[in-house]
Amino acid sequence: MNIYSAISANKHKTWLIMLLFVLIITTVVYVFCQALGYGLGFVGIALILAGAMSIGSYYYSDKIVLATSGAKPIQKSDNPELFRIIENLCIGDGLPMPKIYIINDPSPNAFATGRDPQHAIVCVTTGILPLLNKSELEGVIAHELSHVKNFDIRLMGIVAVLVGFIVILANLFTRQLWWGGFGRDREDRGGNAQAIFLLIGILLAILSPIAATLIQLAVSRKRELLADASGVLLTRYPEALASALEKLSKDPHSLKSASNATAHLFIVNPFKGKNTKQMFSSLFDTHPPIAERIKILRSM
Amino acid sequence: MNSTLTLVAVILIIVAFAWYLYNSIIVAKMRVSEALSQIDVQLKRRTDLIPNLVETVKGYAKHEKELFEKVTEARASLVSAKGLSEKAQANNELSKTLKSIFAVAEAYPDLKASQNFMELQEEVSDTENKIAYARQFYNSVVLSYNAKLQVFPNVLFAKVLNFKPADFFGATAEEKKPVKVSF
Repeated sequence: MNIYSAISANKHKTWLIMLLFVLIITTVVYVFCQALGYGLGFVGIALILAGAMSIGSYYYSDKIVLATSGAKPIQKSDNPELFRIIENLCIGDGLPMPKIYIINDPSPNAFATGRDPQHAIVCVTTGILPLLNKSELEGVIAHELSHVKNFDIRLMGIVAVLVGFIVILANLFTRQLWWGGFGRDREDRGGNAQAIFLLIGILLAILSPIAATLIQLAVSRKRELLADASGVLLTRYPEALASALEKLSKDPHSLKSASNATAHLFIVNPFKGKNTKQMFSSLFDTHPPIAERIKILRSM
Repeated sequence: MNSTLTLVAVILIIVAFAWYLYNSIIVAKMRVSEALSQIDVQLKRRTDLIPNLVETVKGYAKHEKELFEKVTEARASLVSAKGLSEKAQANNELSKTLKSIFAVAEAYPDLKASQNFMELQEEVSDTENKIAYARQFYNSVVLSYNAKLQVFPNVLFAKVLNFKPADFFGATAEEKKPVKVSF
C-alpha cells in the first residue's frame, strides 16, 4: 500500500461507510416496525434522518470530534514553538497549514481530523508538550500530517461519528437488556414493552460486533504503520518517533475525553490500564501494539 | 479494409496515451515549479530579515564594518541570483556570513541579551529550517517528475515532446563535507 492507493482507498471506504450506515439504521427500523406492526412511514423517516446524518457527518465530523474531545483552538502567539514545528513540516510535506487545537489533559496524545488537507485540524493534549523534546514532537506531528495527507482523517472522522453512534446505541440497549428490563421487575412491566426492549437489544447486540468489525476493517491497523513510515519519510529521523511512542505508551494517564468512538483517531491508544476492560474493548483494538511499531521504526 | 481499421485503432490508442501522458507530465511539472516558488518564498523571507538584523547588530557592534559589508553583499547576490544552482550557491554564502554575525555577537553581551536580537536570531534559524524543508519537498517533487519522464514507455514520448528532467536543489560540495567539530 503506497500513499496514492491509500488516498483513493480512503475516499472509497468513506462512501461505503456512509452508505452502510444508512442501510443499517434503515434495516433496524424496518425490522422494528415489522415486529410491532407500525407502518412503513417510520422507515422513510429513518432513511431520511440517517441520510442527513451521513451527509452531515461528512462535513461536520471534525467539529463533533473536537467538541466531544473538549479541544480548544489556539493562535500562533499561544505556542509559537508548536506552530513553527507544524509550519515547517507542512512546508516539507507540501500541505496547507492546518488549524491547531489543544486538549487540556495531562495524558500525552495527539490526533488529526478534518475532511481534506484544506480543512485539516491537528490536535495535541497539554500533556504531550512538556513530555517530548523538539524532534520527538516533530515525529509525532509528522505522523499526524501523514494522516492528513493520506485522507485518513476523512474516513476516521466519519467512522468516529457514524459507527460511534451505532456502538453507543448498542451499548445502551445491551446493558438495558442484561441489567435493566430483563432480570428484575419482571412482573411490573408490561409484556409488550419487554418484548420491544428484548427485540432491540438482541438486534443491536448482533449489530454491534458487526459495527466494530467495520471499524476494524476501515481503520486497519496498517494505517498507523503507514503513517509512522511516511511521517519518518518527512523527518528522516525514525528514532525520534520511536522514543516519542515509547514515552507516550509509558505514561500512565488515560485521556478522559476519549471514547470508543474516537479512540482510533489518536496516535496511541488513549485508554490505559483498567479502562480497557470495557465491554467490546477487545474488538476495538484499533492500534497495533506499540512495541511492534517501535521495533519497525528502529529497524528502518 | 480490415487492416486500415486496425491501423486507425492503433493510432487512436497511441494518440490517447500521448494525450494522457502529456497532461500528467504537465501537472507534475507545475508541481515542480510550485515547489520551487515555495523555496523562493522562504529565501525571500530570509533576505527580508537581514537588513533588520544588520541594523540591530550595528547598534551594539559599530566597528564590525567589514562583516556588515560581507553580509549585505551576500544578501544582494542572493536577491539577484537567477537559476537554481546560482541560488543554492548564494544561499550557502549567506548562511556562512550569517554564522559569522552570530559568532561576532558572542563578544557583545549587551547585544546577546537584547530582546530584539534574540527574536531575530530565532527568526533566522526558523527560516533556515523552513528553507531546508522547502528544499526537501522540492526535491521529492522533482524526483517523481523525473521518474515520470524516465520510465518506459514514457521516455519515448517525453523525448518527442521535449520534456527535460528538472534539477535537484542540491547540497553543494561545501555542505557535503563532514562537519568539523573542534574544542
